[in-house]
Amino acid sequence: MKVTDEMIDNLAHLARLHFTDDEKKELNTDLERMIDFVEKLKELDTAGAAPLLHMGKEINVLREDKQEGSVTVQEALLNAPEKDDSFFKVPKVIKKEA
Amino acid sequence: MSYHDKYEAVIGLEVHAQLQTESKLFCGDSAAFGGSPNTHVSAITLGHPGTLPKTNKKAVELAIRIGLACNCEIERYNYFARKNYFYPDLPKGYQVSQHTAPICKGGHVAIHTAEGKRNVQLNRIHMEEDAGKSIHDIDDNNTCVDYNRAGVPLVEIVTEPDLKSADEAYQYITELRKLVRWIEVCDGNMEEGSLRCDANVSIRLKGETKLGTKVEVKNLNSIRNVKKAIEYEIERMINVVESGGVIVQQTRSFDAATDTTFAIRDKEEANDYRYFPEPDLPPFYLTDEFIEGIRQKLPALPEQLSLHYQQLGLGEYDAQQLCLEKETADYFNAVIQLTTNYKAAANWMNGPIRHYLHEHKLHIADFSLAPQRLAEMIQLVDEGKINFSAASSKLMPALLATGSAPALETATALNLLQVSDSSEITGWVDAVINKMPDKVAEYKKGKKGLIGLFVGEVKKISKGKADPKVVTGLLEEKLK
Repeated sequence: MKVTDEMIDNLAHLARLHFTDDEKKELNTDLERMIDFVEKLKELDTAGAAPLLHMGKEINVLREDKQEGSVTVQEALLNAPEKDDSFFKVPKVIKKEA
Repeated sequence: MSYHDKYEAVIGLEVHAQLQTESKLFCGDSAAFGGSPNTHVSAITLGHPGTLPKTNKKAVELAIRIGLACNCEIERYNYFARKNYFYPDLPKGYQVSQHTAPICKGGHVAIHTAEGKRNVQLNRIHMEEDAGKSIHDIDDNNTCVDYNRAGVPLVEIVTEPDLKSADEAYQYITELRKLVRWIEVCDGNMEEGSLRCDANVSIRLKGETKLGTKVEVKNLNSIRNVKKAIEYEIERMINVVESGGVIVQQTRSFDAATDTTFAIRDKEEANDYRYFPEPDLPPFYLTDEFIEGIRQKLPALPEQLSLHYQQLGLGEYDAQQLCLEKETADYFNAVIQLTTNYKAAANWMNGPIRHYLHEHKLHIADFSLAPQRLAEMIQLVDEGKINFSAASSKLMPALLATGSAPALETATALNLLQVSDSSEITGWVDAVINKMPDKVAEYKKGKKGLIGLFVGEVKKISKGKADPKVVTGLLEEKLK
């Protein structure tokens, strides 16, 4: 399958990543090889096989409704690049009006 | 205006209801509203690498509970998926949701409108985690984020595009809110955001079967605003079409200050959420026994209970009044274990007790009169020992004040008991007859309606203590 620049730009946008033109070329080659590999697998007849959604055999791993395990606000904010005493800070999310 | 008649509205509602759990959907942080910012958080809520979520069993039970109450089909094989997108209030970069495989399918909620009773069809109910809260007005240069709400368990209750007017939408939300509160799945507090509603609205020419372009209206934080926003939106759309315009697919927000809506996003860019099964959470299978256990614990629903009360002889209106809130019905149920005069019990509940609660701004849950005391008062009235008006205006407040004393004892102490002893009543009756010779003469000539006047007079001089039944009998006897 042919991977286009638009496809790479779209994927990059969804992942919030930025690539140089050289990187995009490299990515293009890699992606085409990955897709070809998966297309090979798709030649197998899987009619009647249920999709494998989970790799493990565990089921019904549930917990009781109990409060536990919270950290302090200081601990919570420890790794945040931008913060004050109470909040995580992020670039202004603009609130549009129209 | 006549051109309105050409169109019909098609409305679907999405309601997010916060499940009443202690802890979050996938970890033990408190799910309580508010709290100092970023204190109901842990490494799991904050989406740190290497953390492992674990599903809250109570949340699953509550989701099934609301599904059963709405007559949904319950999915036996369940799993969560990741909905991937970036927004600062979403710590992990994805929301864990059952969007692709809902736990409850189909179902309906009954509404009552001017045209009668109707079932509003549901599409699904699924579980998902809430996002955090962005605050824009603390810091001029940054948005502040509080993750206390992130990961709180929600169900999203989605209708089919099955509602036809703002009024139907109003009825639906009212019924749904009553239901989730009744079965204790959600506290229904719209101001705190425990119950949130988005409306999908479109119009089409009557007779048209294709759906029109829809607009999604958000930020509807009260039932009244749901109605106002839909009314405004239908009117706006009709005006756009009538003036030759085309309705644009938009997300709009309701402005409660002006009762209007405004566009926040035009034509949503085709969202690509890249859903895939959440690998950190094993699937959960529900057995018939598990679901049946939850069904057994469901209380009688308002509709069923109202019918039951009507079978006990109550009028439809009285029965429905008792079923507006679970606590009211619970109280009534307790009283009718202690008396068989159901009608009197309903009259007390819908009359003096409702009035008292309203006057003192109390909820029935805070009403301190024991059901036993109410049953005693009903009995005292039935036996003619006290009249209803003295019981409701004097005895009930006294019982509320004393707390635990029996009704008869309190009524005796307050000298409220009626005298049925005919010797004492005969004295009052004779006094009245002697006082009003003219009226007595008129009565004897056939003006039988005057009996009421005599009874009233006896009531006055006995200070309300003479049993009116005994008085009436004696008067009739003496005036023959």
